[in-house]
Amino acid sequence: MSDYNFAYLDEQTKRMIRRAILKGLAIPGYQVPFASREMPMPYGWGTGGVQVSAAVLTPDDTFKVIDQGADDTTNAVSIRRFFQKTAGVAITEATSKASVIQTRHRIPEENLRADQILVYQVPIPEPLRFLEPSEVETRKMHALEEYGLMHVKLYEDISQHGDIATAYAYPVKVEGRYVMDPSPIPKFDNPKLEMAGIQLFGAGREQRIYAIPPYTQVVSLDFDDYPFQPTKADHACDLCAAEDSYLDELIVDDEGGRMFMCSDTDYCANRRKQGHVGAQGVPYAEDQA
Amino acid sequence: MTPLLQVENIAKFYGARIGCTDVSFDLYPGEVMGIVGESGSGKSTLLNCLAGHLTPDRGAVRFDTRADGLRDTVTMSEPERRMLSRTDWAFVHQHARDGLRMNVSAGGNVGERLMAVNARHYGQIRDKAIDWLGRVEIGEDRIDDRPTAFSGGMQQRLQIARNLVTGPRLVFMDEPTGGLDVSVQARLLDLLRGLVREMNLSAIIVTHDLAVVRLLADRLMVMKDGHVIETGLTDQVLDDPQHAYTQLLVSSVLQV
Amino acid sequence: MYVAVKGGERAIDNAHAWLAEERRGDVAVPELSVAQIREQLALAVNRVMAEGSLYDPDLAALAIKQARGDLIEAIFLIRAYRTTLPRFGGSNPIETEDMTCDRRVSATFKDAPGGQILGPTFDYTHRLIDFKLAADGDVGTAPASTPSPIATPHIMSFLDREDLIQKEPAGADIPDDLTRTPLELPANRALRLQSLARGDEGFLLGLAYSTQRGYARNHAFVAELRIGAVAVEMDIPELGFAIEVGEITVTECETVNQFQGSKSQPPQFTRGYGLVFGMTERKAISMALVDRALRWKELGEDNVGAPAQDEEFVLYHSDNIQATGFLEHIKLPHYVDFQSELELIRKLRSEAQENINREVSE
Repeated sequence: MSDYNFAYLDEQTKRMIRRAILKGLAIPGYQVPFASREMPMPYGWGTGGVQVSAAVLTPDDTFKVIDQGADDTTNAVSIRRFFQKTAGVAITEATSKASVIQTRHRIPEENLRADQILVYQVPIPEPLRFLEPSEVETRKMHALEEYGLMHVKLYEDISQHGDIATAYAYPVKVEGRYVMDPSPIPKFDNPKLEMAGIQLFGAGREQRIYAIPPYTQVVSLDFDDYPFQPTKADHACDLCAAEDSYLDELIVDDEGGRMFMCSDTDYCANRRKQGHVGAQGVPYAEDQA
Repeated sequence: MTPLLQVENIAKFYGARIGCTDVSFDLYPGEVMGIVGESGSGKSTLLNCLAGHLTPDRGAVRFDTRADGLRDTVTMSEPERRMLSRTDWAFVHQHARDGLRMNVSAGGNVGERLMAVNARHYGQIRDKAIDWLGRVEIGEDRIDDRPTAFSGGMQQRLQIARNLVTGPRLVFMDEPTGGLDVSVQARLLDLLRGLVREMNLSAIIVTHDLAVVRLLADRLMVMKDGHVIETGLTDQVLDDPQHAYTQLLVSSVLQV
Repeated sequence: MYVAVKGGERAIDNAHAWLAEERRGDVAVPELSVAQIREQLALAVNRVMAEGSLYDPDLAALAIKQARGDLIEAIFLIRAYRTTLPRFGGSNPIETEDMTCDRRVSATFKDAPGGQILGPTFDYTHRLIDFKLAADGDVGTAPASTPSPIATPHIMSFLDREDLIQKEPAGADIPDDLTRTPLELPANRALRLQSLARGDEGFLLGLAYSTQRGYARNHAFVAELRIGAVAVEMDIPELGFAIEVGEITVTECETVNQFQGSKSQPPQFTRGYGLVFGMTERKAISMALVDRALRWKELGEDNVGAPAQDEEFVLYHSDNIQATGFLEHIKLPHYVDFQSELELIRKLRSEAQENINREVSE
């Protein structure tokens, strides 16, 4: 523990953030403005997610942090350490054991339960931002449900490329009302946005919090004749042979050799523990030896 | 018969200066009303008040809505008014770039209004865009080009297609032929006349060009210094003007 | 065979250890003290206090030392520390009229009550490298005089008396605190000024300069620039009156800008305002110019589409801590998103290739 308050933020600030979270849960997909604090890590590095985590963590929680699906990427390590130091909560790399998971760019492969909270770090919360730069105008568009422009963008993609050319941060419509940016997760993850757990999204620099309550309808925008398709590399994981998980592509030599492995490191390790071995993998026990 | 639009005592002031005042008229379905006058006469202010771009200081603009019949669009909520302007209303700007998305393809420009009212089939949207580009004499092969690559006349025709694609019940036009070369104007006018007849359009057209109203308008309103000084059937007003100012206008002594 | 990469934790620890070593530099060279930075790099300290929104010269000096002289990094340290500080209340507005001026110049009048005081300025120095400073920094003492007993009224008050300058009556409302309530647009002037006061000096300088070059030109004259110490007072509810809790140095800039009026309203000059912690006159003047440019709507001027007139553009991009964080975050891993882009572009390319092949064969 340290001289700071539990989970760094003072109780007043946490209360203010919790109010924003509750409002977000009450209006799924709506971006709630909140008075984001200056955190001891840079804006754009997860300050929104960190503030949301700080507001929901209790001393009994078990916390997991992933970045790109992995627990040991530098930013994940840094955020996990921050809460170890300021909140002293238990930490884990196992998705199933965590009660709060903070993530950047991925949704864990394993289905989350009703007693779990997933906290997303969000760089640009406004799905209409790159179509309309003015905040005043985009807030009005949300209020009046004027989303035609969003489909114009998808139309332009198809007319130019023959397909919807959005691979991540793929826009969704929540509960038939608000168009929402699911944060830069690959579109492969979009179907998982309908889940049992609570999903909270924090954008620190842009001062917005939004949420998806459990079992809320989340529809990826598309056309009837160009339906949304969650895609991944057409391979199996070279370590654990999983065919249903999102894969990272690694360049392994200077002759174009490459391998594919699960981006969700916990998922991959679990499968290997269970005895699955991929094309370039070794049995789990040997690797640990 | 219920008028499509019922305008009652509209007034708009800019400080002490009169934008327009005491304007009342009814527009019936299928009718085209022309509003003429020199620049500064208040005709554009009036049009913007009617179309909901400006809030008038006085008066009512009642539109015959599909659901509830005549409703005052001045006091209606902004979401309702915006809904009208992307469904039953259309607005053709003088400068095509004000009415088009210049960084979106011609097909996307025409398709936007369809998508705004929940068209979700790419193939059908595209077919409809192709059909409408054809109607305004833009080749199908230009569908994926951006308006920046179009001539001024083509841009204006694209703007008209974009506005008419959802079959609006009322079209506002602000100097639709202004800023175009004379030969281009003639072709556009011809096209507009065809569309007005074919679609039985109801429209309000503001212009300083008497040739435009002679060709398109059933009725005419002449404005000067914010006031309506003469109204009547187009031929009547143009062939037998009563007000001295209209007489000047018609005899082209006045450079307008 | 492939073994997954691990070791993020150790890499971070090692990087931080190396950073600490680099910060100290060559140990044969004596270490800088915080007091040396505070006294001898005072303008850097002032900038860190101003943009860090925390008046504490020692802490700012320490932050500069810790940040290896990277001022934006130092401002970041101060901001992060500031957030954790408890708030006891708000001070009364400072009275810059009562300032003990170290510097006070007016460009609009040759002389005025209180006089022109040049103070410790770089103005009129010839920018020649002083090699003597490399050898020894000994300086003689500057001639001193006793502070003038005459009050130094604001230059604006002379114009105000004649009704020549737009009125700026004190408002009764307590403005929102930008660091406690989310910025929502359109913002009122109090909120805009707060944002500008902590905005990046370089960004505001560029914007202000752009207004001078014609992007929303508003003909600014520096009516007055004053720098000096003012008392900070606070009402103590238990006492029932205000007591002085300290003294801070601030820079205040008031500009007289192009007049406006109409047939019914006699013409009046308009104004821009800048107030910044410490001796920070470049920033204060920039702030006044940008403040004035942002007021186009309330003054009924045209929006000429200039960046300095665009409230959203200015307020959303003036904060260097937000800017640097977001800019630098693109060096974080993005391989998951990049992977999905890779797959998409491969798919689009193969479809395009199929189309070409089909056309060739037809």
